[in-house]
Amino acid sequence: MPYEAFKDNEYIENLVQELQASGTNVLVGSLDKLINWGRSNSLWPLTFATSCCGIEFVSLGAARFDMARFGWEVARSSPRQADFMMVAGTIVGRMVPVFRRLYDQLAEPKYVIACGGCAISGGPFKRSYHVAKGIEDIVPVDVFVPGCPPCPEAMIYGIMQLSRKVKVERFFGGVNRQEKEQDFVKEHPVAAEAEKIING
Amino acid sequence: MATIKEDIAARFPKATFDEADVLLINIPDDQLHELARSLRDDFGYDFLITIVGVDRKDSLGAIYFLSSTTQHTEISFQVTTTDREHPAFESIADLWSIATIYEREIFDFYGIIFLNNPDMRRLFLNIDWKGYPLRKDYDMESNNILSTESERQSDFTNVYTRGADGKIEVAEKAVFKPNDFVVNIGPQHPATHGVLRFRTAVDGEMITKIDVYMGYIHRGIEKLCESLGYPQTLHYTDRMDYFSAHNYHHGLCLCIERAAGIEVPRRAQVIRVIMDELSRIASHCLFFGTYCMDLGATTMLFYTLRVREQILDIMTKTCGARMTFNYDCIGGVMADVDPDFVKDVKALLATLPANLKEYNKLFVGNVIAEGRLENMGNMSREHAIQWGVTGPSGRASGWSCDVRKTHPYAVYNEVQFDEIVMQEGDSMARFKARILEIEQSARIIEQLIDNIPEGEVLAKVPKVLKLPVGHWFQLVEGCRGLFGVYIESDGGTSPVRMKFVTPSLNLAAVVDSITTGNKIADLITIAGSLDYIVPDMDR
Repeated sequence: MPYEAFKDNEYIENLVQELQASGTNVLVGSLDKLINWGRSNSLWPLTFATSCCGIEFVSLGAARFDMARFGWEVARSSPRQADFMMVAGTIVGRMVPVFRRLYDQLAEPKYVIACGGCAISGGPFKRSYHVAKGIEDIVPVDVFVPGCPPCPEAMIYGIMQLSRKVKVERFFGGVNRQEKEQDFVKEHPVAAEAEKIING
Repeated sequence: MATIKEDIAARFPKATFDEADVLLINIPDDQLHELARSLRDDFGYDFLITIVGVDRKDSLGAIYFLSSTTQHTEISFQVTTTDREHPAFESIADLWSIATIYEREIFDFYGIIFLNNPDMRRLFLNIDWKGYPLRKDYDMESNNILSTESERQSDFTNVYTRGADGKIEVAEKAVFKPNDFVVNIGPQHPATHGVLRFRTAVDGEMITKIDVYMGYIHRGIEKLCESLGYPQTLHYTDRMDYFSAHNYHHGLCLCIERAAGIEVPRRAQVIRVIMDELSRIASHCLFFGTYCMDLGATTMLFYTLRVREQILDIMTKTCGARMTFNYDCIGGVMADVDPDFVKDVKALLATLPANLKEYNKLFVGNVIAEGRLENMGNMSREHAIQWGVTGPSGRASGWSCDVRKTHPYAVYNEVQFDEIVMQEGDSMARFKARILEIEQSARIIEQLIDNIPEGEVLAKVPKVLKLPVGHWFQLVEGCRGLFGVYIESDGGTSPVRMKFVTPSLNLAAVVDSITTGNKIADLITIAGSLDYIVPDMDR
């Protein structure tokens, strides 16, 4: 697919600009490029589906749409073997802790695609007492794919957008770092206390 | 009907009657259990379709819908209470096993306690959930659903009884035996077909008990419907059992049309039936593929999805979507069929026999398939009725429960087709019943496709639809079994109560009793053969 055919190109350009502004070593930069080339062409999804969108995800894996030809080879059932998570379906109150834990179990670098109206905003169930109004409140989202459910072509487009993003990221010292220290401290108040004591 | 009414009036002098499409008996709550037993044993109403909880602001109540498996007639009875603090009714869980689950659902939604129910826990919501969401005075913002703290788990359930002094007493009861080894399966598991969780107690390899834990996709559809206009409520039926989207739409439309007195044009009726049967073929094809995948035969999915994609193409041309079609609407269908519709459907019917033959050749006679499916998860006819297991799974146990035959709607009484009833009641029978149903669905479509009458597809329907005061109950056959709609109206533009009776709840509830004594490795094959859809059971 040619570059001009994609939407939201400014977003990618901004990312590239950011990269260029910070500057990088020729060697590290070339290695980055090589690794990202590999990563962006073998993004493996996690088998995660709660409702209707999941069935379109099944169609995506079958012969007609065949996501394997793009290198998104197989859906893994274990989060430890997956690169990204396609949130296909509604997330409700009881599912929130489970969903967050699954996200935490994904190995870094990890990505999330919010697939369908429910994952984006709660969709038709927005006013319900038990439905999360979009998954952005729970995990950071990289790509949104609208639809109810999105057709498999739209899902393919969404994952292509994700692989474009992966391609321009800084891998070394960037996304491969396990956790940003500040985030870690924020999530673990005990560690923050300990740090304070050490620093006097 | 008159004689039953007189009989009941003679036995239960306190009962009052309410003539609606289904006879409704009002009964004081101390005679509830007695009436239920009498209806089951003396009048032959042996199948409990559902229990509907209602909140009428000044009173809480429960309506029980019963059906006779021989006469195919329905009857209902209702108990109400004005006590909003501690509402309590007698449980009928000793008469019908499925009542345990139905009563748990009402406890979850309305806070009504059922005395002597062996398992009075919440069904869909967390243990610590505040309030009862389907009550009219529930504050929608009162619970924080975004908490990432793991929910509190309990191995205990409550049993409520009435003591000698009339006070309600609570006793704690363990779900599992003290020495049980409990394996947790789900909610994120590729073989549970969605976010369902089984807490499985095993003795060695043998399953001793399964605690089915639902609610991971409970979206509160019934509550949402209460704040929407009737045409808007239609869209939720698509998203419960997304394979039976047309069938469920059809059911809700029929119910609203009957209530509003709208006559549906014949052309629309025929189109609806063709769409229902196409959905059934597509649904069973996907079942075929995913079920074989559960057994390790991954390639079958690619073969069966070929037919499904062909059907989805037909749907896309006419309805504009691959799933969640929103095609049926009140008074008919949204738009006329595509000019290529007849040609495409005929092409599908022409390729179907060859495809089915291929599937049979590839999988059904396979020695591994036979070994894993035959004599597994046996369910007798009585067992199926006790748990209300309808659809192909119920018919595989010898229970003829096809709504298309027992309560024909639309043009089903004008077409020739056989109801697939098998006697074995094992996984293999449930599997084969679906393949045979594909053939019957094709037969129905064959009879109709050349005879779609000319004319309008949509009746004249008022822009703002108001239903008269009253209540209605409608049954249709979904792809997985009986689908029912109960609507209660106060004369306004939105319902007071809209209840969906979905087959998957029963299918999941029965997993415990038919897997007990089998090996844990067979749990997936037995549960898979029931073919439940998780958003359908959770609603």
